Amino acid sequence: MTSPSTGEAVAKPASSGLGWVLDQRVLLSIAVLAVLPWLLPSQALAVNVLIYGVVVMGYNLLFGYTGLLSFGQAAFFGAGAYFTGIAIGRYGMPWFAAVPIAVLLSTCLAAAIGMVSTRTRGIYFSMVTLALAQLVYYVALQASSFTGGENGLRGFTVDRINLFGFQVNFLDPVNKYYVLMAFAALAMWFQSRILNSPFGAVIEAIRENEQRARACGYDVERSKLIVFMLSGAISSLGGCMLALHLSIVPLDLLHYQTSGMIVMMVLLGGARSFFGPFVGAASFLILEDVISLWTPHWQIFVGAIFVLFVLFLPKGIWGTLLDALGIGKARP
Amino acid sequence: MSGELIRVDGVGKRFGGFVALEGITVSFAAGQLTSIIGPNGAGKSTFFNILSGALTPTSGKLHFRGRELNGLPQHRFVHQGISRSYQITNIFPDLSVHENVRVAAQALTVSYDIWRNRGRLTELNARADAALDAVGLLPKRGEVAKFLSHGQQRALEIAIALVSEPELLLLDEPTAGMGPEETKDMVALLERLAEKRTVLLVEHKMKMVLGLSKRVVVLHHGRLLADGAPDEIRSNPDVRRVYLGQSEGYG
Repeated sequence: MTSPSTGEAVAKPASSGLGWVLDQRVLLSIAVLAVLPWLLPSQALAVNVLIYGVVVMGYNLLFGYTGLLSFGQAAFFGAGAYFTGIAIGRYGMPWFAAVPIAVLLSTCLAAAIGMVSTRTRGIYFSMVTLALAQLVYYVALQASSFTGGENGLRGFTVDRINLFGFQVNFLDPVNKYYVLMAFAALAMWFQSRILNSPFGAVIEAIRENEQRARACGYDVERSKLIVFMLSGAISSLGGCMLALHLSIVPLDLLHYQTSGMIVMMVLLGGARSFFGPFVGAASFLILEDVISLWTPHWQIFVGAIFVLFVLFLPKGIWGTLLDALGIGKARP
Repeated sequence: MSGELIRVDGVGKRFGGFVALEGITVSFAAGQLTSIIGPNGAGKSTFFNILSGALTPTSGKLHFRGRELNGLPQHRFVHQGISRSYQITNIFPDLSVHENVRVAAQALTVSYDIWRNRGRLTELNARADAALDAVGLLPKRGEVAKFLSHGQQRALEIAIALVSEPELLLLDEPTAGMGPEETKDMVALLERLAEKRTVLLVEHKMKMVLGLSKRVVVLHHGRLLADGAPDEIRSNPDVRRVYLGQSEGYG
C-alpha cells in the first residue's frame, strides 16, 4: 500500500482507478467485513466467515499464490485453536499472550511439516501434507490429558477482554465480532505486505515456473518452506480466533475433512485473489446453512455445486467477478 | 581475452547404465563465442546441464574462475556468474515481459524479504529494461509473456539469462523452431552479445554455427570428437563422417 507512482514497477495500472483498488485492498476488505454482520442472515454466520476467511486466506498464500496444493492445512487451523485453548485453560494466560504464543508454536509445527513435505513435489506433496496432518490429528486424539481427546478441548472461556484499560464484554456478539475482525485485519495487512514484497515476486516465479526460478538463482526449496510457514502462521491465527469464539476446540477441526473444506472454500471464492477466500468461506457456509435446512445430506449438494465450479468457473466467484470488471491481472 | 574462464576436467555423467558423457576435458577462454555441436544424443544437453548446475557430474571436476563448482546447488551458479537459456522456451508465462526479467534480476539481490515494497526496488526496473533493450523487447515490456510470438519468447528467454550480467552465458539452441527471418535477427543478437562476454552455444544449424563461432567443439556419443576453429572442423574427416556428411545443415 504505497504510492501509485512506483506501482509501474510491478506493471499494474496503478495510476487508474483500478490501481487505487489494488493499493487499498486491505482497507476495502476491512470495510466490507465491518458491515458483514448486517449483510448476512445471522451474526453467527458472520463470525464464521471471518474465522474461516482468515484460515483460507493463509491457505491461499500456499495454494493460490505459490501453487502448492496441500491437503493438510487443518493441522495449523487446529493447532492455533488448541494452543490458544491450552495456554488459556491450562496455564491461565491472558488472551493477548496466548494468541501470539499459539501462532508461534503453530508456525514451528508448520516448519516441521514443511521441512518434510516441501522436499516432494506435485501429488506427493499433497499426500505427505495429508499424512502429516492426520498424524497431528491422532496425536491430539491420543494426548487426551492435554487436548481432551475426542471430546475436544473444554474448560477455558474468555468472557471479557481488556483493551487498553477498557473492559469489553466478549460474550456480546457485536463486541466479539469486532474484536475478531481486528485479528482478521491484522492477518490481511500481513498477507498484503507479503504479496507486495520482493518475496511475493519469488513465490509468483516459483508458481509460474519452478525450474526457471531455480535457474534464475532462487533457492526454491527454502522459499517453499518459508511460504509454508507463513501460510501456517496465518491459518493458525484463524484457529486462535475460533478458540476465543467458541470457548471449546472440537477435535474435528484437525480432521482431513476440514482440510478438504479449506480447499473447497478457496476454489469457490477464487484462488490467487486477495478477498476471494472470504467470498469462498461465506458462500460455502451459506450453502451449508441453507441446504441443511431441508436435508441433512447437504454435502451432496455442496459437492455437486463445487464440481460445477471447478468445471465452469475455475477462477471462483470473486476471481470471475474481477475478470468481468477487468481487474483480472491486479486481483485485489 | 583474459585467460581461462571455465575448465572441465574429465567430466562424465551416467544415468544408470547409460553413459551420457565420458571423459570430457576442455576449457573455455574468457571473451569468445564457442559452439558445441554434435548429432542428436551426442550429450550436448547433458553437458550444458552440468555446466549450469542442473545436473551433477558422476565423475570429473568443474572449475570456474579457479573455483571448484562440484557440489554447488544449481541456484548458486547464477551467483557465480553462469547463466543459461533453455532449448524449449522456459519463461514465466503469466507474468508480463518486464516482470519476467525483473524477477530474474531480483534473484541476485533479495530473496526472502517479506517486508519491503517490491515497487521500491527501482534499480531492478532499470536493469530489467536494459536487458530487454539489449534483446530488442523493450517496446513489449507490458505484454503478458505467453502472448509473445515464438521468436520474441526466445529473445525474452535470453533477456532473463542476460539480466544477471553473467560472465558465462550458456545458450541452448536459441534459434530452435525459428523461421529464417527470426533466425537472422537472433544471429545478429548473438553477435552483439558475444562482443562483451563469453558465450557457449549449442546449435543444430551448421552454417550458422560455422559462420558465428570462433571455436567449435564437437561431441559424439558422449565423447569429445573434435575441437578447433570452424575451418578445421569443416575439414576434419571424423566430423564429416559423423555429422556433416549426413546432410547439409541439420544433424
